[in-house]
Amino acid sequence: MSPEYSSSLRRKIDEVVARYPKKGAALLPILHFVQREVGCIAVEEERFVAQALGLRPMKVREVVTFYTMFLRRPVGKYHLQVCSNLSCSLLGAGPLLDYLQQKLGIGIGETTADGRFTLSTAECLGACEQAPCLMVNFDYHGQLDREKIDQILERLE
Amino acid sequence: MDENVLTQHFGVEGLFRIEVYLGQGGYRAVEKALKQMTPAAVLDEVKRASLRGRGGAGFPAGVKWGFVPQDVPKPRYLCVNADEGEPGTFKDRYLMNHNPHLLLEGTIITSYAVGIHAAFIYVRGEYENVALRLESAIAEAYRDGYLGKNILRTGFDLDVAVHRGAGAYICGEETALLESLEGKRGHPRLKPPFPASIGLFQCPTVINNVETLSNIPFIVQNGADWFIKKGLPKDGGTRIFGVSGMVKKPGIYELPLGTKLRTIIFDHAGGMKDGKQLKAVIPGGMSAPILTADEIDLPMDFDSLAGAGSMLGSAAVIVIDRETSILDVLKAVAKFYSHESCGQCTPCRIGTAWINKIVKRLARGAGEQDDIDSIIRLASNIKGKTLCPLGDAAALPILSICQKFRRELEGYLPHA
Repeated sequence: MSPEYSSSLRRKIDEVVARYPKKGAALLPILHFVQREVGCIAVEEERFVAQALGLRPMKVREVVTFYTMFLRRPVGKYHLQVCSNLSCSLLGAGPLLDYLQQKLGIGIGETTADGRFTLSTAECLGACEQAPCLMVNFDYHGQLDREKIDQILERLE
Repeated sequence: MDENVLTQHFGVEGLFRIEVYLGQGGYRAVEKALKQMTPAAVLDEVKRASLRGRGGAGFPAGVKWGFVPQDVPKPRYLCVNADEGEPGTFKDRYLMNHNPHLLLEGTIITSYAVGIHAAFIYVRGEYENVALRLESAIAEAYRDGYLGKNILRTGFDLDVAVHRGAGAYICGEETALLESLEGKRGHPRLKPPFPASIGLFQCPTVINNVETLSNIPFIVQNGADWFIKKGLPKDGGTRIFGVSGMVKKPGIYELPLGTKLRTIIFDHAGGMKDGKQLKAVIPGGMSAPILTADEIDLPMDFDSLAGAGSMLGSAAVIVIDRETSILDVLKAVAKFYSHESCGQCTPCRIGTAWINKIVKRLARGAGEQDDIDSIIRLASNIKGKTLCPLGDAAALPILSICQKFRRELEGYLPHA
């Protein structure tokens, strides 16, 4: 195993594996922990996780590429994910996404040059009563308009 | 409102903490079930209560439990479906955030009734904060003897763990959820065998939605007859409707099953926002075929909506106004299913991608004369031809939009 991963991560892996009757079942939770520590699941992380769980690296790659939340490349410090599904679109998610692109000077899927912000769209985030909404990392922000977006970004800067 | 069952204590501050929950009468249903009832008596009460699944399919919960064989020498599992991905749906997030112990109580009683000693709560990956809240509730329940070994000194053991998904709508489908819990891609399994006999780790498994399980403590406490009176004879209890879109007061509304759609939109959700006019409603999450403005006098229950060619699904009501173009609605639907098709079955993988491509072409003003017919043909070729219900979930709303709003869509064809 690569020495770069923290000992707390290794302890966490053992703890999570113990919850399941089969080791491989711990794959998703462990990928979440590794991504949190490293920032993404690149080839090296795939190998590390495969080894920890006794899986072939290809099994890990299959899973990483299937689920949208696993990132194969690092994103900015703040990952802004704007819901582009129906309830949010009805209430103006489209124009707000344009506003964010213009304000940050990046397109969808891009990261600002200073590495602070990555902008993405997401399918329904399960917060339709707060439409239009977005996630900043794992924090939800709803009932968005331009002023609210300005305030959110100011607080992050 | 004394109609409320599931949400009645939502206003109580700190309800998510076990001390506060106990102060509101929490965990008394667990005491009653484990100390005064046999597992068979609990199962019987839930069957009589006509509790139908709140995830979308509406299958009677008690009947589902009854399918689990008790004579197989394998462990049995409970999976709580908290994947909540159906667009328009957000009720389970409220239930877990406000009242995580209610879900745990339902989980404990269900496990007792079916002879289960390990349960997993599969929470969609985006709900990280919900997962953390559930994990602290679980820790409290272990500490106070409601989980773990020898619960309340009755000899019953149960372990519960949270398992987070990672962004895949398909994992709300029960067999895809099992695959995902086993650490694989969420590819649905062929049924039969059904999860009740061969489920998680090839063992008998019950899979129930968060709202379904949150009803169980009330059935145990108040009885099946009381529960049926809260809803309809074949459809017991209340339902949490999630209303979103162009209404004044979007949010969750707990109401008796059979409440009219018009009442939900115009009385509870405050009517249309900014004086806009109603055009259409999606009554049960995005997979539910669309209803036009003159179809909203329907009672919101499984059978009435099925009779109208739609479905109650997850009871997520999305309200669409006349200024919104139906093509924009179709665009959102087509994009969603093409993104979320798991790729396993060809008709769904290719069909949803083609439909999305054609709809995008229409939106660019570059449509071709037979595009609407092509969409209908493609959707019809998905319907009924896939392993799991995602195929139908994509095809049916698309077909309903093309049929009910054909004239408006034709207006987007060049030279029309």
